Amino acid sequence: MSNPVLSVKDLSVVFHLRRGDFTAVNGISFDIMPGEVLGVVGESGAGKSMTGTAIMGLIDRPGEVSATSITLNGDRIDGLDEQGLRKVRGKRIGMVMQDPLTSLNPLFTIGDQLVETIRRHLPLNQDQAKKRAIELLADAGIPSPEERINAYPHQFSGGMRQRVVISLALAAEPELVIADEPTSALDVSVQAQIIKVLKRLCAERGVAVMLITHDMGVIAEAADRMIVMNKGQIVETGSVGDIIHRPKEPYTKKLIEAIPSIKAQNPRFVAAQARGEHEGPKSEETLVVVEGLTKEFDLSPSRLSRFLGGERKIVKAVNDVSFKIERGQTYGLVGESGSGKSTCARMMVGLLPPTGGSVKLEGADIWNDKAAIAQRRSKIQMIFQDPYASLNPRWRVGEIIAEPIRALGLSRNSGEVGDRVAELLRRVRLDPEVMRKYPHEFSGGQRQRIAIARALSSQPEFIICDEPTSALDVSVQAQVLELMSQLQDEFGLTYLLISHNLAVVRQMADAVGVLHHGVLVENGPVEEIFGAPKADYTKMLLDAVPDIAKVA
Amino acid sequence: MTDITPAAKKGRLAKIIDSDIFYSYRTSPVAIVASIIATILILAAVLAPWIAPYDPFNPRTLNLMNGFTPPMSESFTGNFFLFGSDHQGRDVFSAILYGSRVSLMVGLSATLFAMVVGVTLGLIAGYRGGFTDTVIMRIADIQLSFPSILIALLIFGIARGIIPPSQQEGTAIFVLIFAIGLSDWAQFARTVRGTTMVEKQKDYVSAARILGVRSVFILIRHILPNVVGPVLVIATIGLALAIISEATLSFLGVGVPPTQPSLGTLIRIGQQFLFSGEWWILLFPAVTLILLALSVNLLGDWLRDALNPRLR
Repeated sequence: MSNPVLSVKDLSVVFHLRRGDFTAVNGISFDIMPGEVLGVVGESGAGKSMTGTAIMGLIDRPGEVSATSITLNGDRIDGLDEQGLRKVRGKRIGMVMQDPLTSLNPLFTIGDQLVETIRRHLPLNQDQAKKRAIELLADAGIPSPEERINAYPHQFSGGMRQRVVISLALAAEPELVIADEPTSALDVSVQAQIIKVLKRLCAERGVAVMLITHDMGVIAEAADRMIVMNKGQIVETGSVGDIIHRPKEPYTKKLIEAIPSIKAQNPRFVAAQARGEHEGPKSEETLVVVEGLTKEFDLSPSRLSRFLGGERKIVKAVNDVSFKIERGQTYGLVGESGSGKSTCARMMVGLLPPTGGSVKLEGADIWNDKAAIAQRRSKIQMIFQDPYASLNPRWRVGEIIAEPIRALGLSRNSGEVGDRVAELLRRVRLDPEVMRKYPHEFSGGQRQRIAIARALSSQPEFIICDEPTSALDVSVQAQVLELMSQLQDEFGLTYLLISHNLAVVRQMADAVGVLHHGVLVENGPVEEIFGAPKADYTKMLLDAVPDIAKVA
Repeated sequence: MTDITPAAKKGRLAKIIDSDIFYSYRTSPVAIVASIIATILILAAVLAPWIAPYDPFNPRTLNLMNGFTPPMSESFTGNFFLFGSDHQGRDVFSAILYGSRVSLMVGLSATLFAMVVGVTLGLIAGYRGGFTDTVIMRIADIQLSFPSILIALLIFGIARGIIPPSQQEGTAIFVLIFAIGLSDWAQFARTVRGTTMVEKQKDYVSAARILGVRSVFILIRHILPNVVGPVLVIATIGLALAIISEATLSFLGVGVPPTQPSLGTLIRIGQQFLFSGEWWILLFPAVTLILLALSVNLLGDWLRDALNPRLR
């Protein structure tokens, strides 16, 4: 057996804060073998990124790194001074970061950046370095690299930019690549390609990879062996197949169970089938009708520059979208970033006037019917993606939840309002005592519960959920989705669930619409769309999703 | 994830002492010294009628024979003058106490006035955007391209032209407050506009808009509490600037009437005697002004850093 590329023994990262020491990484040890892809998973705050940062020696005060030893192919790299570290970073360890927009310098062409990195670390002249840069770009799947090498980072799409970052990480022929959430900022279809590129390039060069991610699906697609981290410690280590199919530790089991799988059938559909109904859950009444909904954004230059020869430019963000939502059901709207999902949501909730088409709630047009406009304010509510931005940090939780009650004049008696807020907090499984606290005292999942309580306080019939769980960890996501299902049964709510996560939609929705560049390409019952997709785009989307069920 | 024990239920005082801002204060020697100096000066100004040994503006108590008494010495009539006396035999120490009173009063009122105008216009510009924003911010830009003392002089001059001479003496202080305040609002407006534009994009504002909450209420109840932090910082630094502006205007002779001299007026009087050897008439008011402006300014700097999470 060969020697490990990277060997970490007893690594700890401690932050000395004024309220005591905070241990981010607590005495972890692991090895990475040559050519191996080691996946590191864990929820936010597990210490996985901190581990990668510590290995590269990038922890700043007040953080302190201690380790028995960190060796890279036999050389100690812990405790090096800044100069020694600079020889290791880039040259012997390449880095791929989450956000491709910030890891490239926007002022230099990608060629300049590649050539500079190559020449700093390898004994090549300008022309040789440039030739090598072109080869690297071609390897990473950038079309016509001879021309693209002179382009600036902003001229590339997110996925292409991440390919450039990978080329940059591999430019100096490193022994190890540390990839920290390399695909988390990308759409699913692009994510799949990037994982493939990273895996292929590293395999060809025999470079070991430390792949840090929160997404078990990505690990399942890309890694050979994995480490599960929690609270700064390693919970479980083993081959990917072993851990996914036969997890030993309770924490790992819980984590894997919480991941919604795109392959799992909708539980309500399964229940209906068991009762002998074949068409899934039925409903008597249509609650929401969206007809020919269109939104154009005018991106034309100002009147003056148009007068001087600029051209009008109109972007159709949403283009003739029509669908219906039955009372008491969940309609899932899926699509990649920029597909117009959120624009749809904002038009349906009354935040953004549509350019054309109509949204009807119980038959009344919520944009043109005076009575319906008043109605929609209490009957349609929204749950937002980022629970950190959707609650006013200067308001107490009680005031936040009571806002709809007060704004709509549902009750003016403060005792009664207090009782209703307490009841709502109980409904979302929080202690009514918390109404005197401020939002910053809560975790992301708890904040989202507060946001749900606020949405419920005007007794709505229809709630639009715009990526309600995408800012949350998987285990918390499972709890919030569970809560949403329970509340749907309790209050007979109708949901519009917007998500880029197809597995979540499959688990929650009764019917699904697929948006692509503002056009609804497919629309129908959830099992039909996921079981037998008709549109090519839907098929491609479904294939691209990394899934733990794909691991043999 | 944390090993940090959350602050359990504690008294209000304990909570303040435990807060991050108080910690940052305790660990900043500059802030401690500045706040002590500022507190002493402010207390001295507020309590002037009780602690001043003489009434410097009552002509009956003045004796010309006491003129030009050097500091720490006895005068012709046997009075003791800590900081010496001026040409009219007036106690410089008492004059400084009363002078800081006027300076602080004008500075505080002017800053408050600038804050109200600036915050209101900044909120409107940031929230409405478009044409309203352009108009308000271009006015601010134009004003910021002039030295603020020039603007204050201009406003002061216009006011003098409008108000009949018989009332000028009584209204002079208010005109001064108005002039300094109007010359200083643009800083507030700029900062508040920027913060408002960030805050109005956030989902808690969308949540309120969904309910049909009126813009005025969104601005006052939702956005205003979130812009208080930066406003406090500018207000502190603005206070120091306003005190200096007032001193400059009074030094130029267009500020407060001679019956209510401020620190600037005292410096103007003192500079006439600088070259004839009576340095104390100028030095003590000038040092007081410097200490006041510097300590307030340092407090403002500290507050800005303490409220900026990135510098923590």
